Amino acid sequence: MIEVKKLVKRFGLKVILRGLDFHVEPGEFVALLGPNGAGKTTFLRILSSLSRPSMGEVQVAGYKLPHEAAQVRARLGVVSHLPLLYPDLTAEENLRFYARMYGIEDQEQRLTEVLEMVGLEHRRKDLVGAFSRGMQQRLAIGRAVLHDPEVMLFDEPYTGLDQDASEMLDEVLRSVAAKGRTVVMTSHDLARAEDLATRFDILSRGVIATSATRDDLKTTNLLAFYKQSLES
Amino acid sequence: MKRSSPSLLKATLAIVQKDLAAEFRSRELISAMLVFSLLVILIFNFALELDIKVRQSVTAGVLWTTFAFAGTLGLNRSMSVEKDRGCIDGLLLAPVDRSAIYFGKAISNLAFMLIVEAIVLPVYSMLYNVNLFRLDLLGVILLGSIGYTAVGTLLSAMAVQTRTRDVLLPILLFPIAVPVLLASVKASNGLLAGAEFAEVLTPLNILIVYDIVFIAVAFMVFDFVVEE
Repeated sequence: MIEVKKLVKRFGLKVILRGLDFHVEPGEFVALLGPNGAGKTTFLRILSSLSRPSMGEVQVAGYKLPHEAAQVRARLGVVSHLPLLYPDLTAEENLRFYARMYGIEDQEQRLTEVLEMVGLEHRRKDLVGAFSRGMQQRLAIGRAVLHDPEVMLFDEPYTGLDQDASEMLDEVLRSVAAKGRTVVMTSHDLARAEDLATRFDILSRGVIATSATRDDLKTTNLLAFYKQSLES
Repeated sequence: MKRSSPSLLKATLAIVQKDLAAEFRSRELISAMLVFSLLVILIFNFALELDIKVRQSVTAGVLWTTFAFAGTLGLNRSMSVEKDRGCIDGLLLAPVDRSAIYFGKAISNLAFMLIVEAIVLPVYSMLYNVNLFRLDLLGVILLGSIGYTAVGTLLSAMAVQTRTRDVLLPILLFPIAVPVLLASVKASNGLLAGAEFAEVLTPLNILIVYDIVFIAVAFMVFDFVVEE
């Protein structure tokens, strides 16, 4: 579903990604872990066609980036630590706007389905500016799944959420993954990543340093694996 | 779930409607532009001891100075709203031609500028005792506003990526908008002085050519401007 070969990304003289190789099978939930500045966000921005690779090959859902970006974007849902929502519009108006941008035909039915999925049906007429951070993040996930994407990218979705909001987000993320979608998530919350993901890739110094599946971690835990990967 | 590829027109309309709905609810942008414009007109009114002849000769200059600065406020705010909460990424992630984002934002900015102008013109007419409600003059104001927002929207998309966006936009915009502002002032002045239509044809032609050229340039380069 996602195929990345020898990806290099430079900002001026600074090299962020140094020949990164990455591969995700359909239906996999990959947690992309790494210290601050490792290049996780840059990598997700390239996968989501928001940034151009300096060198290398990137293919998402069978389409090459950056040349077939529009096809990739139609099959992609992105959630970042910012909600990508308009505070002066209601939850319903925000989703209706994005539904129009994605060319969804039966908008009202889809809006109701998505609002029910993220548990905000009763707040559909409320302004997003009046929502708590947790509610905004749930609505952001609703926005990202509105067009039923095959691939979902989550960039630090737990940033700024309290314990209750994080647990609620866990449920929404599980339901998103349960539909067979391919998910790539960056996070610093190792416990949550361990709970949700089926594979764990450690990004360090611009390359995937190590990778392990859930089965590989039976004799150890993610924290130990993470520390060991960074030390080596 | 049925989906179709949204056309350039549909995506543009969606952005315009979204911007208008958000602005009519918050009234942040129009209020700022309007208060600024009215203050400028009032200050000029008190600062200049004006007889009727002088009033007519300074009207075009005062009006376009007001529109240009108020327009910059609006352009800055319009793009900042998209950038501050990451909404620009939401727009860029949509599977639409990115020119739709430019056209949507440019039409919204033009609408905000025209709303402010529609309020400023009668106030100016009352304060300065000059009749501004002439079809030809309104046409010049429309052409000038189109040119200003066409280039302003493109440059605000560039400036918003930087930390110094509030300062950078006027620095980038005013030198490039000089032809449209000069042509607008020249044409407005001529019309207010009762000149023949042929006499204002040159600035009018400049305005039309400027509008076409900058809309075409923005259509071609917007994709590169917003990409990292």
